[in-house]
Amino acid sequence: MADAISQSNKMRLGRIAIYVCLVVVALLYLMPLWVMVVTSLKPLDEIYNGSFIGLPKAVTLDAWRSAWSEACIGTECTGLKPYFVNSLLMVIPAVALSTGIGALNGYILTKWKFPGANFVFGLLLFGCFLPYQAILIPMARTLGLLGLAGSIPGLVLVHVAYGICFTTLFFRNYFVSLPDELTKAAMVDGAGFFRIFWSVILPTSIPIIVVSCIWQFTQIWNDFLFGVSFTSGSSSPITVALNNIVNVTTGRKQYNVDMAAAMIAAIPTLFVYIVAGRYFVRGLTAGAVKG
Amino acid sequence: MSTLEIDRVRKAYGNLEVLKEVSISIGTGDFLVLLGPSGCGKSTLLNMIAGLETITGGEIRIAGKTVNDLSPKDRDIAMVFQSYALYPTMTVRQNIEFGMKIRKIAQAERDKAVKTASDLLQITHLLDRKPSQLSGGQRQRVAMGRAIVREPKLFLFDEPLSNLDAKLRVDMRTEIKRLHARLGTTIVYVTHDQIEAMTLATRVAVMKDGVVQHLDDPQTVYDRPANVYVARFVGSPAMNIIPGTLDVTGESVSALVDIAGKRTGRIVSIALSQEAARKYNGKKVLVGIRPENFSVANSSSPASLTVDVDVVEPTGPDTLVVFQIGGVEVTARLPPKQADAGREAHLSIDSSKIVLFDAETEARID
Repeated sequence: MADAISQSNKMRLGRIAIYVCLVVVALLYLMPLWVMVVTSLKPLDEIYNGSFIGLPKAVTLDAWRSAWSEACIGTECTGLKPYFVNSLLMVIPAVALSTGIGALNGYILTKWKFPGANFVFGLLLFGCFLPYQAILIPMARTLGLLGLAGSIPGLVLVHVAYGICFTTLFFRNYFVSLPDELTKAAMVDGAGFFRIFWSVILPTSIPIIVVSCIWQFTQIWNDFLFGVSFTSGSSSPITVALNNIVNVTTGRKQYNVDMAAAMIAAIPTLFVYIVAGRYFVRGLTAGAVKG
Repeated sequence: MSTLEIDRVRKAYGNLEVLKEVSISIGTGDFLVLLGPSGCGKSTLLNMIAGLETITGGEIRIAGKTVNDLSPKDRDIAMVFQSYALYPTMTVRQNIEFGMKIRKIAQAERDKAVKTASDLLQITHLLDRKPSQLSGGQRQRVAMGRAIVREPKLFLFDEPLSNLDAKLRVDMRTEIKRLHARLGTTIVYVTHDQIEAMTLATRVAVMKDGVVQHLDDPQTVYDRPANVYVARFVGSPAMNIIPGTLDVTGESVSALVDIAGKRTGRIVSIALSQEAARKYNGKKVLVGIRPENFSVANSSSPASLTVDVDVVEPTGPDTLVVFQIGGVEVTARLPPKQADAGREAHLSIDSSKIVLFDAETEARID
């Protein structure tokens, strides 16, 4: 009896220790976000008076307004708004195209195998390990020849080309677990290449489509190197504009505006994770727990 | 008119030949079972009939028309797969309709076909469910429904029962047989289960290593197997193959078999052509005896063998009795409680059912 009690006490102690640990780690992890949020809500004077971590005395959205539509980037004082739009114009077609092509590639590599299909897949995988820096110069030259240098369509092309290896990997590994008999049955039913893809294969692939979209969205939205290398001025994506806001200042450094701008730049990816995050985990583990 | 002719068909992957000149021909309404162990080429052959695999050599004709270069949809066939291959995101109704939709058949006609098929298979109450909500047997029915609405010249079944549990398998087997009787469509059915082959087929093709070993009606395959391989593959427990020596005296043909510690057994009055009897007299042969062709000797059927019983395995309706003849293990199926392990048993043999095989080629001797 006494043993049982001490046993359950031990268990409870263990639990408490685990939760304390988790809470401490979570707080530590949330600390930067906390600083960002409170700083962005404070007037600049309050920040320069030394209040950094504490709650703002006077809450103001001025910094957010400034970051969105007034802050100066280079010589233009337009705020992040036009660059946010640039990023959307870049990310939406780039995600759609790379996911679509990846799905088609995966479909062909698993259900319409041709001699050397695995070799081609191997080559595609190679692309996943290619460092960004390695392709900057050849890509700049290619974009120049195509007449797409410094434009958003050019950036879309770069991201699509770079994303295909990842999306193909996702879809190929997902489709490999779909039985080949499914395609055969559809062939006997009279369906052709695209009909099978559209009516049979794609409807089963929602989880992996979501995974691919989230992955590509975060990669492309957060990309800085390609943005800064292949665009300039008013066609830059938001990451480049954010860098310019933060790094180029005249007079006092506007911490509150910087923080607000960084939050604005991060909101879309946060939003995508919150909305579709559960599919992300489900899709990544789909192959493992098939049933 | 829906005959199927497989004419000297070959299939090779590079240098690996998986089918070597297979020729099978069946008539309208026949139920052909391709029977063999995994890797014998039976599924490959079925896929070639369906048009899902290319044909390396030879010709396949469905209803007299060569289909070698036709795509599956133009061959007028329907296929039921081992994993059922139901489209997971579609309801049962959409699954059954899919093929008709592609062939642009009017909605009213589609509804009628779905209704007929689902009534026949008793799946009307399942039409709005997804495949994941169905049991194995129900999925099997849906897969058959999808095939039936096609009204094909030829049904192809690829091991359709092997994913079901034992009880359901027997039920579905009966159901397939009933379906065949009602529809009268020609069927090609692949299985490795010899019981399925025996119960369903009008024609059985036993295959091994890409070669058809024996093509005949099931009873003939069972009673007069073409060679030792077929004899052992069809029937459970398998046919006993006992090495012996042929002894021809005048008109009477008998086989002598060694029994350790006993006098030599003599299996008398074996039916054999005079020609073969002359040729094999005094030679080594293999004597094939089905387990059920042994019986306990009595006054009307005198003993031809006396053996020491090794193991006794009661199965309920009868008992399997294991002993040694000619250096091999032999199983006899006897009525219950007729033999005891460790005791002597006097057995007689229904000699009209005995099959002799050449000791070298293992082919049947007639």
